Amino acid sequence: MSVPGYWREQPQRYRYEANRCKSCGKVFFPPRRVCEPGCDPANLEPCKLSQTGKVLTYTIIHIGPTQFADEAPYAMAICEMDGGGRITAQLVDCPFDKIEVGMPVRIEFRKIQQDGHAGILMYGYKVVPG
Amino acid sequence: MRDVAVIGIGIQRWGELWERSLRDLWVEAALNAINDAGVDHVDSMYVGCMTPGLFVGQEHLGSLLADYLGITPVPATRVESACASGGMAMRAGFIEVASGLSDIVLVSGVEKMTDVDGGGATYALATAADGDYEVYNGVTFPGLYAMMARDYMRRFGLTREELAAVPVKSHANGVHNPHAQFQGAIKLETVINSVMVADPLTLMDCSPITDGAAAAILCPLDLAAKFSKGRPVVKVAGMGAATDSIALHSRGDFSTLNSTVIAAKRAYDMAKVGPEDIDFAEVHDCFSIAEIIVSEDLGFFEKGKGGKAAAAGETAIGGKKPINTSGGLKSKGHPVGATGIGQIHELVTQLRGEAGKRQVEGAKRGLAQNMGGSGGSSVVHILEVK
Ligand SMILES: [Zn+2]
Repeated sequence: MSVPGYWREQPQRYRYEANRCKSCGKVFFPPRRVCEPGCDPANLEPCKLSQTGKVLTYTIIHIGPTQFADEAPYAMAICEMDGGGRITAQLVDCPFDKIEVGMPVRIEFRKIQQDGHAGILMYGYKVVPG
Repeated sequence: MRDVAVIGIGIQRWGELWERSLRDLWVEAALNAINDAGVDHVDSMYVGCMTPGLFVGQEHLGSLLADYLGITPVPATRVESACASGGMAMRAGFIEVASGLSDIVLVSGVEKMTDVDGGGATYALATAADGDYEVYNGVTFPGLYAMMARDYMRRFGLTREELAAVPVKSHANGVHNPHAQFQGAIKLETVINSVMVADPLTLMDCSPITDGAAAAILCPLDLAAKFSKGRPVVKVAGMGAATDSIALHSRGDFSTLNSTVIAAKRAYDMAKVGPEDIDFAEVHDCFSIAEIIVSEDLGFFEKGKGGKAAAAGETAIGGKKPINTSGGLKSKGHPVGATGIGQIHELVTQLRGEAGKRQVEGAKRGLAQNMGGSGGSSVVHILEVK
């Protein structure tokens, strides 16, 4: 992972900065420059992604990519946050058999990956039962 | 716009081809297609390839491959749309012939995936998802399709057995395909009890890592009779492509692939036919759940009924709507950039009546659906006997 590539995503990974279209109410995470053709791009205003939401669907990953291999099996979920905006995140601190579609979750700031033994530590959001 | 025909096809047996290089595989498939068509030159070429840079450290494929086929200085372009790269190369060639710019166009696909280890392949394939907002957090492609499967099973009552019927059927077809990576039948229990990859998908719900290439020759329909050698002339009757959000989480519905719905509608409209007029189809079964969802999104079955149809044998050869007679991505193999052209190869083989033991009786019109990532792109072609 390149250091600038990691650094420039910090507003989203550390502070959950999003934006909202005042024309249609849609929340974008990460923020976008344009909404839909019918919506005025000047109507996008910064906002913060809600810290609470619910699980829409999930999986337990048993065979993970190299940088997550030691963590497997781990749960991942697509979550809809209250007030709008969606994320794909690890769902932690919850036994797999207690995970359900519709369950409430909240975002916590966690370490996500690390670049080998000497590389940068990478942080971001995971969700826990909420 | 001119009508377009497919006059030649070429492929080799796909698999883990350690002794073969990317250029070697591609040139073999291209020569097979050129010989099959009987053309003495090509005016232009397209090659679909997802990520030769990550798999073999090589870009600039257009020039490399035109050089090794001995056809420089013809224009040659690599087309990339993740796992839909091959289908999009077919689309590019179709447009070039239809527009009148060129008469004889080589369309092709290739991927050489086994030079990297499993971790390297997972990394390369994951670049088809949203790097910063999906992959960064730990999701894999099996994980994305597993989340679709979870949503679909919960909403439509699809059972584990119905889901497993898809790879069982595809492997049964692959037994009769000499080009398939795996030519062995498998049992329902094998699918259900194999290693869990991303719950609820096991290893046998997932397409393999494959090396391979495929090619086809396109020309205006008016010239096609000259190359038919008594074989049926195959016309490209319809083509459609569409995009969707790259991140699965941005979609309204995880049990529908909207890019496929729209691409199919465009292809049906161009061909002036509907799903009921399609005799057989090759679809993008990168994971078992994908074949079920796609079979509905193409209009073959009502939403929620695709799994039941597969379990009832309706998608088997001899069934109402045979799907993946080649063995599909699961059994034939999935060299990602080559897959879309591999589907065209199967369609032409069936329409010429040359599919041997896997022949669909009376096949006059077939459909190919090729998809990138978790459905961020789709391309559909309809081929028919003229
Ligand atoms: Zn809007």
